[in-house]
Amino acid sequence: MSNIKDKIQEIFRDIFDEEELVISEETTADDIEEWDSLNHINIISAIEKEYKIKFALGELQAMKDVGEMIHLISVKSS
Amino acid sequence: MLEMLNYPFDNNILVKKKKLKKLLLKKSKFLEKNIAILGGSTTSEVRNILELFLLKNGIKPNFYESEYNKFYEDALFGSDALEAFKPDVIYIHTSNVNVIKYPEISHTRQDIDTLLENECNRFEQVWSGLQKYSCAIIQNNFELPLERNLGNLDFYNEHGKVNFIHRLNQKFSVSAEKIKNLYINDINYQSSLLGLEKWYSREYWYGYKYALSFDAIPLVAHNVAQIINAIFGQSKKCLVLDLDNTCWGGVIGDDGLNGIQIGTETAIAEAYSAFQQYAKDLKSRGITLAVSSKNDHANAEEGFLHPDSVLKYKDFTAFKANWEPKFSNILDIAKEINIGIDSLVFVDDNPAEREIVSMQVPMICVPNVGSNISEYICHIDKNGYFETVSLLVDDANRNKYYEDNKTRADEEAKFQDYGSFLDSLNMRAEISTFIPIYMDRITQLINKTNQFNLTTKRYTFGEVEGAANSENYITLYGKLEDKFGDNGLIAIIIAEIKEQMCHIDLWLMSCRVLKRDMEQAMLDALVEECLAKGIYTIRGYYYKSAKNAMVSKLYEKFGFTLLEQSGDDTVWELKISAAYKEQNKHIKRERGLDE
Repeated sequence: MSNIKDKIQEIFRDIFDEEELVISEETTADDIEEWDSLNHINIISAIEKEYKIKFALGELQAMKDVGEMIHLISVKSS
Repeated sequence: MLEMLNYPFDNNILVKKKKLKKLLLKKSKFLEKNIAILGGSTTSEVRNILELFLLKNGIKPNFYESEYNKFYEDALFGSDALEAFKPDVIYIHTSNVNVIKYPEISHTRQDIDTLLENECNRFEQVWSGLQKYSCAIIQNNFELPLERNLGNLDFYNEHGKVNFIHRLNQKFSVSAEKIKNLYINDINYQSSLLGLEKWYSREYWYGYKYALSFDAIPLVAHNVAQIINAIFGQSKKCLVLDLDNTCWGGVIGDDGLNGIQIGTETAIAEAYSAFQQYAKDLKSRGITLAVSSKNDHANAEEGFLHPDSVLKYKDFTAFKANWEPKFSNILDIAKEINIGIDSLVFVDDNPAEREIVSMQVPMICVPNVGSNISEYICHIDKNGYFETVSLLVDDANRNKYYEDNKTRADEEAKFQDYGSFLDSLNMRAEISTFIPIYMDRITQLINKTNQFNLTTKRYTFGEVEGAANSENYITLYGKLEDKFGDNGLIAIIIAEIKEQMCHIDLWLMSCRVLKRDMEQAMLDALVEECLAKGIYTIRGYYYKSAKNAMVSKLYEKFGFTLLEQSGDDTVWELKISAAYKEQNKHIKRERGLDE
């Protein structure tokens, strides 16, 4: 799990171009100023590429915080 | 890291875009341009990545984006914001999701024609509505649909979506011919290059209204950037080539003219020929060619004397073959032909040479072509260095185009028989005595040809050479070209002169040129040689093997008479005189290079 979190954190750091950014399972779009709907797609797309998975339509809408992302990734990539 | 922005485009471009942008902005000189994007779907990420490619090209864009799917409204009814923006370029990012109505099964032909007209009219209104900005308009054409409700019929039945999209695209290209400032971004090509399954993402369409997947965005953005580059005259103008293992396989200084790989005799040689042809085609549409190579000038120049070399020495406007560092040669080239250093593209198989040139003169484009010849073209082509929006030769050729069309129409009606088909191939054969440059190929062909081979005798390289140099032998090779290309060296005869007779020890031909009259042409050439030597009798031998039954009746067919038979093996004879009538009727025969 922490492995997945580290990977996601790396993706967040790239997308927001903030080398020091630290995320937790509770991190939501409200915590990161630039995490708007457009960047949200970018995050999703980067995760899909990294883990070679594809989120279903319903799942795309459901991911509201980092914890849910980690959960879905671990389910889909296992 | 900026390497990501070269072909093959790295998917991480989207993730790393912020960092990439920072790096690109470090450059000091930019051409500033106002780019308006009118979208038929979400365009944000297209804009972001387009920005990167434009910055890389030295163009700093300011962007205007229409509201979601408001391309039609913005164009027709105007927008204060767009007017204030004063666009230099308007990019209309639409795709097949913006087609209002596709044909339905119940539609008549006339209904469908009307649908097509309506669809085109809508876009024509957009283009003419935008004319008041007097700027360049870049318009996507349409990608094929992912599904084919009618299966393969979708392509050729007018009710099919595939059929409809093809017709729409055809209309777009006609419009772009007519409207001077209209340029097409060919997403039909881009999507097929990527593959439709990768191009589409249904989730991103339903979820975020992106008409294409994120994998497709770099490709599209890059193409639009290259069109903009071409519109503002920023495309590259000169291709500088290394020689050894770039223009031909091998090292001309070590291997000699006969040792380099070019032509059709090996797979590698063919690949180098294709590369030379690509460069030659660039030249004929106005791109300047130059050479920068570490070689003695004389050796380097000799390489282009190879009979199979597509490029000739005179094709190069500047030719630097010496032992100076390549970057200084390339700078000299730019000076000599009087173009900016940033107009050059340098292709070299050697990674060290590439590295030195791009370190010393970063303005020169040095694609990472690798060292596999079959991929060089891709790197030049897909990077879009030489994107162009018009051809200077067009006007000059227009008349010829009409003439050609007329001939094509005439041609459709013919081919009542096989002979006229053969004539239409415009075949030319080069038939001549063996020459050193082809000895390798001749030996190779002798030792691998089984079907069209009368005696299946095998020869070593030395024996081939021996026959070629002997007064007592007639040796002939044949090469065949037709309107589809060069078939290479495909036929061989070795005959011994003994007791005032010509004995055909070996006669073989590659099966790829069967039924072309090539065997007839070879016989004609042999007869010619015999008559010149005062020989009036030709003996032919057929030795049956497991694979050569196809030629068991060859001599009979050519009017030879049977002398002897032992089992399946036969001996034949033909009396010839100056009155000999040529058997070949469809190939134009030329002498080789030995005169």
